[in-house]
Amino acid sequence: MKESTIMKIHYGTALASVGLVAVHILMRLTTGFADSLEYENVLANYRSVPYVVMLELILILLSVHGFNGLRVILLELKQGRVYEKAVSYGCVVAMIGLIGYGSRTIIMTNMGMV
Amino acid sequence: MAQVSSTVDEQVPTLLSVSKSILLRISKFNPELDKSSKFMEFTVSYEKWTTVLEAILDVKKHFDHSVAVRYSCRQATCGSCGMLINGKPRLACFTKISELDSDVVTVEPMNNFPVIRDLTVGFEKLFDTHQKIKPYVIRDDTELESDQREFLQSPQEVEQYIQFANCIKCGLCNSACPTMATDSSFVGPQALAQAYRYVADSRDKGKDTRLNIIDESHGIWRCHFAGSCSQVCPKGVDPAMGIQFLRGYLLGFRN
Repeated sequence: MKESTIMKIHYGTALASVGLVAVHILMRLTTGFADSLEYENVLANYRSVPYVVMLELILILLSVHGFNGLRVILLELKQGRVYEKAVSYGCVVAMIGLIGYGSRTIIMTNMGMV
Repeated sequence: MAQVSSTVDEQVPTLLSVSKSILLRISKFNPELDKSSKFMEFTVSYEKWTTVLEAILDVKKHFDHSVAVRYSCRQATCGSCGMLINGKPRLACFTKISELDSDVVTVEPMNNFPVIRDLTVGFEKLFDTHQKIKPYVIRDDTELESDQREFLQSPQEVEQYIQFANCIKCGLCNSACPTMATDSSFVGPQALAQAYRYVADSRDKGKDTRLNIIDESHGIWRCHFAGSCSQVCPKGVDPAMGIQFLRGYLLGFRN
């Protein structure tokens, strides 16, 4: 993929994340902060489809943005063909892993496993 | 000047000619013999108009002829005498000692370049990256095949790139660049500014070619926009601005 395409995604995910995280914080403010962390309230959030879609989007956007940022930092620290390939593929794998792990919580909740 | 100083001392000082002296610290390093650089110190007298290059050449003439320094035109045109002067990348021929406002002047080789000896650095990478961005007007037609022998431009079209055409390839911008300090593969502000110089030229048709060259993992996107390249340019070129304009092309904000 061209670096300019990657950076467009990088900037896009940053902007979208700011918007969605703002909505997320506003949603938390509708109930008291302590109440929003109550076990039943958290489960209720995970079972609300629109909210859970937003949480999943935030997870994906921040993972893409964060791991690309990490890739860029690591590429600037050290250079070399093997190292750069390892960093690029390593970041993609770590990103997929994190998204998978985060999604697992949502899936488990909705399947009644918690 | 070290020798001349005794003559100057005998003269009646005037506002135009008052000889003072500074401590000139010159970095000495031979990669083939030395493990690290060391500083040699010389007391050099100077006049209001004396440049750092003149002081170094004075040291070479009277104290230590082994000091390695590259220079040529002595008028900020050839771009040969770039070095760190009191920690800042500058042209030695374009920096007056009196303007430094310091009793101690320290000269070192430029950062982000391999040291050949003392103040002389290797420019191979700078010239390679400069060549990589195709620093010439690319066109399908040629003068020889066309009836029209001149490619006319309006003053507005010239204004788009003319400041970038002032680059003398001295390497000060690359020396000041923080990204170049860590990323040895980074194309650098000098080459990027020159890429913009030709992309912005209305006669040029090689925009896509050049944008493809700089759009890679160690290309334009690694610039952090610190702006130090623009601060140190002795010719008033603003590489940081050129880089932002190039990003505009790549992000689709400019055509």
